[in-house]
Amino acid sequence: MKRAGFTSIWLPVALLLPQLSIIAIFFYWPAGWAVQSSFYLQDPFGFGSTFVGFENYTDLTANSEYMRIAWFTVVFTALVTFFSLSIALLLAVKADKVIRGAKSYRTLLMWVYAVAPPVAGFMGIMLFHQHTGPITDFFKALGWDYKILVDYNSTATAFIIVSVWKQIPVNFIFFLSGLQSIPRAVREAAMIDNRSGVRRFWDITFPLLAPTGFFLLIINITYALFDTFGIIDTLVKGEPGNNPMTLVYKVYMDGFRGNDLGGSSAQSVILMVLVLVLTVFQFRLIERRIHYS
Amino acid sequence: MAQVKLDGVGKTYPNGFEAVKPCSFDIEDGEFVVLVGPSGCGKSTLLRMVAGLEDITAGSLSIGDRQVNDVDPADRDVAMVFQNYALYPHMTVRKNIGYGLKNRGTSAAEIDAKVQDAAKMLDLGALLDRKPSQLSGGQRQRVAMGRAVVRDPALFLFDEPLSNLDAKLRNQMRIEIKALQRRLGVTSIYVTHDQVEAMTMADRIIVLNGGEIEQIGTPAEIYHNPASKFVASFMGAPPMNLMDAQLENGEIKLNGSAALTAPAKQDYTGPVTMGIRPEDVVIDAAGPTPFTIEIVEELGAHRLLHGRLAGHPFTVHVGKDTTATTGEVKLQINPDAIRLFQPETGKAI
Ligand SMILES: Nc1ncnc2c1ncn2[C@@H]1O[C@H](COP(=O)(O)OP(=O)(O)O)[C@@H](O)[C@H]1O
Ligand SMILES: [Mg+2]
Repeated sequence: MKRAGFTSIWLPVALLLPQLSIIAIFFYWPAGWAVQSSFYLQDPFGFGSTFVGFENYTDLTANSEYMRIAWFTVVFTALVTFFSLSIALLLAVKADKVIRGAKSYRTLLMWVYAVAPPVAGFMGIMLFHQHTGPITDFFKALGWDYKILVDYNSTATAFIIVSVWKQIPVNFIFFLSGLQSIPRAVREAAMIDNRSGVRRFWDITFPLLAPTGFFLLIINITYALFDTFGIIDTLVKGEPGNNPMTLVYKVYMDGFRGNDLGGSSAQSVILMVLVLVLTVFQFRLIERRIHYS
Repeated sequence: MAQVKLDGVGKTYPNGFEAVKPCSFDIEDGEFVVLVGPSGCGKSTLLRMVAGLEDITAGSLSIGDRQVNDVDPADRDVAMVFQNYALYPHMTVRKNIGYGLKNRGTSAAEIDAKVQDAAKMLDLGALLDRKPSQLSGGQRQRVAMGRAVVRDPALFLFDEPLSNLDAKLRNQMRIEIKALQRRLGVTSIYVTHDQVEAMTMADRIIVLNGGEIEQIGTPAEIYHNPASKFVASFMGAPPMNLMDAQLENGEIKLNGSAALTAPAKQDYTGPVTMGIRPEDVVIDAAGPTPFTIEIVEELGAHRLLHGRLAGHPFTVHVGKDTTATTGEVKLQINPDAIRLFQPETGKAI
């Protein structure tokens, strides 16, 4: 049999070039630029800049507001990731029982995924509206004096609920196809070996879903850290004031509203390092325990 | 150990398809019963109803003295071996075998001892810490067997457990499974579409066709006295020769040509389908029936002569000492071996 191959190096290079240049132009170049400008203090009016070494970084750690936002980001990311994964898993397990093999339902359930983050934000504004929002009414009925944009916790709750809602369909689809790819006979063998459906889930189904879960964990943390920007921006209508915000939103506020490019760049670099550390940590610690069949 | 009783057990799937027509039979304690039939005839459905993996939509099923129609699969005291082995891919062989015991409240020490025993019995000792992905097909098959054996259940269920193995391994495992079942004395139901497996392994064979039982009997009964044309042509390789004929005054007339003497007791007159096994015919220059050999199939220990008899395709089985070449010969047909069937219903006369 003849092995297909390239006769010269130039064709593969040419085929890879568009992808590589996109990565270079949109990822490495701005990243390098951010690292560089994080060591400078920019004149707010654009007249030159001064080298300040690590001052932008030390300023941040001393800044109590920054630390508060960092803490909020950690809590926000943890909650969004936890709830969007667990609710999606629960829904997928329930749906899997009903629709073994029926693919058309899957597409229907996928639709929420097509909603753009700012649109999700707008729906959030309506649902959480201080006077007319049904969720506001619901919280009030429960005895919580719910005031979005006025009360810190109220706003934070809205962020979390909208972000979770937006992410559930993606997780759901992945979990559902993960569940449906577990061979029927394996589940049946387990039914003969173990009466308890809950125990079967934790002993058999969950470990076999772990690769999917691990992949989604990374996707969801990244989502909560970065992609919730549009939701937050829409909900606070571009004016966060005393409301909570995430680190990414803070980068934007300081860099583009506050014109502190040096400080904003330093924050970006910290975020990049954070993602790097998280990724290494996840692969080292978690992936090793996962069975890939 | 237990006997199994099916009383009018049938299955209609939710889409309205009746995969198993209501059927009744008993399986004795320690008996090895093989359900055989072509693909799609409802064998797996029937077995899965016994396992509890499929609801029973008609009739009553008992294992031991207990009616189990509504009993959970885990509580029926059955163990099943699946076609694709259905091992838990994330567990080691040890855990795969022990999982069913763990969930039945067996102590860790006892599980360990039983797993060791099963592993020794199935020659799995060296593989206990491997994952299924690190095993060959035959080894996976053994693990699946181990998972069933270790529980010491009342009933073994096998759903085409050998069909994913190559021919050599299949022959070997066939003997091993049978020997194991004999040794343990556990009542077993074994599903296969392979008539050789059915003939060699079964104490009793149940032949299924289109969701209905065609015949129940020992391998010898099924082979020598098939209850229908279907059984005659399904069981045996090569199958029984079947030819349309006319029965008059105790004589069978094939296409107006040679007349044969039919089994004496026949007082039936009219069209019949005549059946004769290829080995119940001998080549004899003095014989009454002309046969044209078209192809000689050399099989080492014996030969199959394919050709035409009175215009019908016909096969003759001869020993390795009988030489044969293509062309015309004369046959002697053993009249006691002739079986007659009704042409329309296919039932034996
Ligand atoms: N869930 C189902 N719904 C409807 N029909 C089914 C279902 N499962 C199997 N069947 C049909 O029932 C018949 C018997 O199936 P099965 O018992 O698997 O056959 P076998 O094991 O003998 O090959 C087949 O015609 C099959 O298409
Ligand atoms: Mg089958």
